[in-house]
Amino acid sequence: MNKRFWGFAAGAALTALMAAPASAHRQWMMPSSTVVSGDDVWVTVDAAVSNDLFYFEHQPLRLDAMKAWAPDGTEAAIENKSTGRYRSTFDVHLTQKGTWRIASVADMLMGSYDLNGKTERLPRGTTAANLAERVPAGATNVKTAEANNRNEIFVTVGEPTTTLFKPTGKGIELVPVTHPNDLIAGEAATFQFLFDGKPTAGLPVTVIHGGIRYRDQLGQMDLTTGADGKVEVTWAEPGMYWLNVTTPQVESEEGEGAPPPLARRASYVTTLEVLAP
Amino acid sequence: MQLSTRVLVLGSTVGLGAAFAAPALAADPGTMDVTINIPRLKVAEYHKPYVAIWVEKAGAKAKTVAVWYDHDMKANEGTKWLRDVRQWWRVSGRSLTFPANGITGATRAPGAHKVAFSRAQLGAAAPGQYVLVVEAAREVGGRELLRIPFSWPAKAGAGGRAAGKTELGAVSVSFR
Repeated sequence: MNKRFWGFAAGAALTALMAAPASAHRQWMMPSSTVVSGDDVWVTVDAAVSNDLFYFEHQPLRLDAMKAWAPDGTEAAIENKSTGRYRSTFDVHLTQKGTWRIASVADMLMGSYDLNGKTERLPRGTTAANLAERVPAGATNVKTAEANNRNEIFVTVGEPTTTLFKPTGKGIELVPVTHPNDLIAGEAATFQFLFDGKPTAGLPVTVIHGGIRYRDQLGQMDLTTGADGKVEVTWAEPGMYWLNVTTPQVESEEGEGAPPPLARRASYVTTLEVLAP
Repeated sequence: MQLSTRVLVLGSTVGLGAAFAAPALAADPGTMDVTINIPRLKVAEYHKPYVAIWVEKAGAKAKTVAVWYDHDMKANEGTKWLRDVRQWWRVSGRSLTFPANGITGATRAPGAHKVAFSRAQLGAAAPGQYVLVVEAAREVGGRELLRIPFSWPAKAGAGGRAAGKTELGAVSVSFR
């Protein structure tokens, strides 16, 4: 019984769109700090797509869509951008007290069309805005599905604030029950996930502790959002954790040949710092 | 008229006043003395630790009574490392503005340091159980935290003590 998880394949396609040549790897951002004190502070962020967390060993995360927002909602500059062979890096000057958001969000269209008796896939980078020019003249039976990919981190200067957690209503978004910059080993944290603005049950949540390279077992937590889209995570140890939420994966039998039904997809990634008690 | 005269007489009578004051003092001291030993460490690079001292009470917000850090650097740069005193930062520090009035002090060298806090400073106006917490974090070094429970009203004389193993030596409290 060879089962193939098309959700993974879709994830790979999404990642590929985000960070050009990557396949089914994990994308992440790694901030220099998430809990910050002081008057004139900066955060430096590494961003990469890799197998092991959090090691830059495969591809850089492209910074084209990277943005930062100050606690008061104003957009802040991404400074000192650089993209190397294995990672990208940039700085954000944290000029306000409170919780900052740094995010790379991609809203794409996946799909297909028929032309001259053949079914073709929509090219990478198709969006609602450029769909018309991406579909050749004469194409028929155009099918599309929206795919949203959100990769974001939070950094707090002084006291955590929640001003930046107003949902946009698109893709998967995090609503703090526990603030993502107030996590302590041994304590349980609860997050709520929205899909297209609505709390959604049954979303798979994967949590992996960094430092994979130096241990044999991945030790990942496989969780699912419950009623109200909430999920509880208990951190056994302090450290940096990768958290990934996706729309449920569509399973299909290998060998049937038929591609999975075109479905609305979304994925969410964040890196959470859990401090020692 | 007669009443106020009596009060005046009482207040001015030294012997009586002393008789009243003495038991009151013994039952209800107004000051906590805290002795904090900062150990001398044989390390290649030594910096005096940042130290935060605060009071916790169940159901109440933690109250910082002292924070020793590099408060006199240009542009307030010493505040950058306050978050390394991490438990204090979470329960109290992150909600303060620096330099914080009345609680800010310079870092202290290895040795015994005695500091005194009034009952009001400790935020211990209400009778009950409290915990004095002392946390030290050293640049390029470690971090340690000690907790000493106490109750108020307190008994005059020695209170609790705790002994650190790495970044703090003995910490003791007494009341007067």
